[in-house]
Amino acid sequence: MRVVHYINQFFGGLGGEEHANIPQEVRAGAVGPGRLLTQLLPDTAEVVATVICGDNYAAEHLGQVTATVLAQVTDAHADLLVAGPCFQAGRYGIAAGAVCAAVHQQLGVPSVTAMSRENPGVDLYREQVYIVDSGDDVGQMRDVLARMALLGTKLANGEDPSSPAEMGYFPKGLLRSQFVDKTAAERLTDMLLAKLRGQPYEPEVPIEIAEPAAPPLPVADLSKATVALVTDGGLVPKGNPDAIPLAFAKVWGAYNIADKEALNAEEYDVSHGGYDNRPVRTDPHRLLPVDVLRGLERDGVIGGLHPEFLSTTGNLNPINNSRRMGREMAQRLLNAGVDAVILTST
Amino acid sequence: MPVAHVTAIPSVAKSVGSTRIVLGEGIVNLLGNADLVADEERKLRREIVMRALEALTTAGVVTS
Repeated sequence: MRVVHYINQFFGGLGGEEHANIPQEVRAGAVGPGRLLTQLLPDTAEVVATVICGDNYAAEHLGQVTATVLAQVTDAHADLLVAGPCFQAGRYGIAAGAVCAAVHQQLGVPSVTAMSRENPGVDLYREQVYIVDSGDDVGQMRDVLARMALLGTKLANGEDPSSPAEMGYFPKGLLRSQFVDKTAAERLTDMLLAKLRGQPYEPEVPIEIAEPAAPPLPVADLSKATVALVTDGGLVPKGNPDAIPLAFAKVWGAYNIADKEALNAEEYDVSHGGYDNRPVRTDPHRLLPVDVLRGLERDGVIGGLHPEFLSTTGNLNPINNSRRMGREMAQRLLNAGVDAVILTST
Repeated sequence: MPVAHVTAIPSVAKSVGSTRIVLGEGIVNLLGNADLVADEERKLRREIVMRALEALTTAGVVTS
């Protein structure tokens, strides 16, 4: 197994913060923590080249640094890229995440890095890159490198990387199928009993609590406001033109209702596997109240109903994906000059 | 821009950070009720929409 290692100027022995502007340079073999890494990798493994770069230089010339690492991995016929560990060093973490992501995506060569949870590289790259949780203590270098070596060897050998909890890397946000001995009802009952007894239990779906956002300012004058309808109940025109799936939706649609006084049930369909759709199929207004809002528009209660509604399926959707779709929807509504939104959720 | 989030499960809306939460009629009949006659059902829907509009014109965190 041939390994290329990326480290910053400090771990590369070139100096501290005063040398953070040093451009990338390539050394044959292992340097600094790479020597320890060599000992911890299998006997057949070898660190063939080390790329060292100053943290500031890397932050300001990320494309150039990435190109150097890509070239090294290619020239060395490497089976694995290791970057770091970076602990809490933010610029180092971002550079390590970037080179790992590029090497994996552009060359198909596996990569692994390590950072502490607070490192900004974690949020930026954990979905694309295997990032071992290094903690904050540089004194744990040996332990962290050992876990990186173990995970990296598995990846290089094409083996299953096991779960984030088992291998100590940050969850990549993937859902994996697995066989279990007990039905969901039994597992749930076990969890509930453990909870009632005050015993520890492990939820199967991590509950992510969103950071509270400040409430946006209210609409000053409703009679001048354009109100848009958005739904996660999966309402789509017949034929589902954007192929929004019944669950795990990664796409959303915008559908014209400019000339519609009301929604005709025969023109719509529901693509949502998480609730009994029959009432909405019979009358789409039970999800999207176009009829009532047209009346309020005529009466001058609202300035107008936005000429399109946005729709997706809110079913078994990872929160980061929902967040991305929400951002895209908000941008479209902002661009169109919408003043307020009624969001209907099933 | 302000968003009035109409839902039958306010606890979920709260957990994802919604700030203007409006209680709908039910999960499968969010803004309606298949058991009501058409006029009554529309009246119910209008009442929920009016609460949503009220929330959009109210400052701060709203639950209604």
